[in-house]
Amino acid sequence: MDFYSFLIQLLNGLQYGLLLFLVASGLTLVFGIMGIINLAHGSFYMVGAYLAFSLAALTGNLLTAVLLGVTLSVLLGMLLEWLFYRHLYARDHLYQVLMTYGLILVFEELRSILWGDDVHGVAVPVFLSGSIPLTDNLSYPVYRLAISGICLLLAGGLYWLIRKTRLGMMIRAGAANREMAQALGINIEWLYTVVFALGLTLAAFAGMIAAPVSSVYPNMGGEVIIISFVVVVIGGIGSVWGALLAAILIGMSDTFGKVLLPEYAGMTTYLLMALVLLWRPEGLFRRT
Amino acid sequence: MREAVLRAENLCKRFGGLAAVNGVSLELHIGQVHALIGPNGAGKSTLTNLLSGDLPPTSGGIHYLDADQVGHDLAGMHPDRNSRFGIGRSYQKTNVFLPFSVFENCRLAAQSRQPRAWRIFRSADHYADVNVMAERALAAVGLAGRRDLLAAALSHGEQRQLEIAMCLATQPRVLLLDEPLAGMGQQESQTIIALIRRLAPDHAILLIEHDMDAVFAVAQRLTVMVNGEVIASGEPAEVRANPLVQQAYLGDEHGGRHG
Amino acid sequence: MRLTTTSLVLLLALLMLAVFPFVGEKYYVQLISKVMIMAIFAMSLDLLVGYTGLVNLGHAAFFGLAGYVLAKVSPQYEAANLWTTLPLALAVCAAFALLTGLLVLRTSGVYFIMVTLAFAQMLFFLFHDTPFGGGSDGIYIYAKPEIKLDWLGMTGNPINLENFKVFYEFALVLMAAVYLFLRRVLDSNFGRVLIGIKTNEQRMRALGFPTFHYKLASYMLSGTLAGLAGYLAAMQFGFVSPEILGWHHSGSVLVMVILGGMGSLHGAALGAFVFILLQEALSNQAWFGPAAKHWQLAMGLCIIAVALLLPRGLVGLAGVFSRKTRNDEDA
Repeated sequence: MDFYSFLIQLLNGLQYGLLLFLVASGLTLVFGIMGIINLAHGSFYMVGAYLAFSLAALTGNLLTAVLLGVTLSVLLGMLLEWLFYRHLYARDHLYQVLMTYGLILVFEELRSILWGDDVHGVAVPVFLSGSIPLTDNLSYPVYRLAISGICLLLAGGLYWLIRKTRLGMMIRAGAANREMAQALGINIEWLYTVVFALGLTLAAFAGMIAAPVSSVYPNMGGEVIIISFVVVVIGGIGSVWGALLAAILIGMSDTFGKVLLPEYAGMTTYLLMALVLLWRPEGLFRRT
Repeated sequence: MREAVLRAENLCKRFGGLAAVNGVSLELHIGQVHALIGPNGAGKSTLTNLLSGDLPPTSGGIHYLDADQVGHDLAGMHPDRNSRFGIGRSYQKTNVFLPFSVFENCRLAAQSRQPRAWRIFRSADHYADVNVMAERALAAVGLAGRRDLLAAALSHGEQRQLEIAMCLATQPRVLLLDEPLAGMGQQESQTIIALIRRLAPDHAILLIEHDMDAVFAVAQRLTVMVNGEVIASGEPAEVRANPLVQQAYLGDEHGGRHG
Repeated sequence: MRLTTTSLVLLLALLMLAVFPFVGEKYYVQLISKVMIMAIFAMSLDLLVGYTGLVNLGHAAFFGLAGYVLAKVSPQYEAANLWTTLPLALAVCAAFALLTGLLVLRTSGVYFIMVTLAFAQMLFFLFHDTPFGGGSDGIYIYAKPEIKLDWLGMTGNPINLENFKVFYEFALVLMAAVYLFLRRVLDSNFGRVLIGIKTNEQRMRALGFPTFHYKLASYMLSGTLAGLAGYLAAMQFGFVSPEILGWHHSGSVLVMVILGGMGSLHGAALGAFVFILLQEALSNQAWFGPAAKHWQLAMGLCIIAVALLLPRGLVGLAGVFSRKTRNDEDA
């Protein structure tokens, strides 16, 4: 592999990893704070992608579509939390698995009813549609770089949100101790709704910006959720920074695995997880 | 005096920056009730958890002398190993199997003493020796009449008794009793105090207790912990007279029950 | 008293199942064969979820693995020997359970759920992507394995499993055998320890039980029995594809266990019956017309309803009713 091919794979791995991070960070936040294991989180990614597809077709502009889509995602998050998830906080993980598995079936069928079972493409916005030439016959699409850039910005934003804002303070207090948070006058119910909507929106947003690259297709959520679980397991549950590191690790191993060992690439991610489990059963970054 | 059956040496346990147990050394002997007192948060329960193996120590050693006088280093050992060595414990917070019958709680405890039983086709109820051990443990704490009730149906005091019965059913040589009398009525307490007296000659007992009358009634040795450290240890009368102890602990309590 | 009622009901159900092939249509006989195989699968999972407290979200891995073993060792156009291929399939499942169990049992709670899912997915990719696995199209098994009884002086193929009625009774016998086997196991010392671990693992360790070993044994036993179900399913359909290892399959069997009522073997079996018959009904075009195509929507809503409203499953519901009537009689 020459340098430029290597560079391209490196950038692809980074971009894939950062997208995974957006999905996994929502998963890990919702688990870390509300103690909910959410199998349907991948469906939110799918919902985002399909929203981008429809809204872009409607408005003719991906940027507008994303803005509208994010608003809808926040609303959907609050609605779902209120309708379903709220009733599961105090329950065993088993029932959370069960209910969120049921939600997957519902989302998947609704998708089939609303959008059909075909694969659809989403156009890259014109101002991001160029490529950067690397050599005579190799170039790198600007849009993929833009995805990485946006994800990094969001990661920074998340850091700022959790470390520096009042909401972040409440999130950290809520994660540490529910009773104490309540004693401090934090409205836990409202906090949970906000965190859930935030998590859902992160996943949906990842689906939206990924849509032009990956296109939109049935069951796209299923693939993402399992890999996101691996990210969370490797990173350590509840740790957003562990998720960032693990996501990039997996993005790289998957991308390079596909180039070097195409037939075994699907398994490299899981072998990585097995190794981490042998070494640190609680993930790389344990929450303290 | 004979060599200690369980000896803690300079045990430390840190949680983050907090030293819950800080350089504690302690000896337990067969035939002796060793009481451990101290205000809430002094690190008594943490110490019990270190000795039982529920928590690994940050540093320090735990040495155990088995019935054949062979020494073992127990630091960092898992609780199931320690239990099979003969170190039994009861929990401060009642920790019984609520959905099981009172007898099944004890039967399960006694079953743990069987050599690895992987006979998967024989009903667990058909091991006479195990049943006898369980019955004896129930009788010892005065729960024989409650045998077939669900543990969940017992009163709080009775659940505490069951807690001790389960510990006894594992036939331990060392008993770590974490506030066994807490939540018991007068009569139940008397039963347990009498039981501890009966057990004392051939067991090594660590008794954590806030009920000072009980402590002075049964203990041959008394250790006082404050803020994770031992501030005094010795004969009960001697320790009681220690001004440091009076100031730190007994003084403001007038020897009464501590919340 | 209650136990004998339950046993009586189960015995009656067994009898009705035994005579069904003599009155039912072929399609339904084959459907119920499938249901009974899934009941074995569900009972095997109940051993983990309902009795050991381990929520395995990758249980289909064992089911699929055994099917693939049969597909791989079956000769191209003739029948394999059941006496060699079944033990082989079960041994492979037990070995896989041992290998993954050593890893996944290092975790607990929500980690365990995710990690079991991930390992099943790893196996999925093994069979889906590699040349060894046969790819996404799967592998056909052209002839059902034969039960040779030469050593009893019966030559040829005395128990012809190609006959759908014979296969049905074969599956029924195995389902009943697995049920009785697990009943015995759960009543033994070993089983009591598992139930203790589910209730309070820390206390079990304090009592001196090396709980890791017990959990590993339970995990292996459960995986092996799931393998039995997978072997039978591969035999019935004559076909294996990566989907049988997939996470939707793992999800379905978990739904069966909880729908029926976990921690109760006949509950798990009942869950398999209700789940598959419900699936069959909802996707029936004669009943629901074009909506039948989207039967998973109704199924998903049913699952959500069970999770929110029926935590103890159908068996729990039956318990509530029988208790109510008994209370009414007392009053």
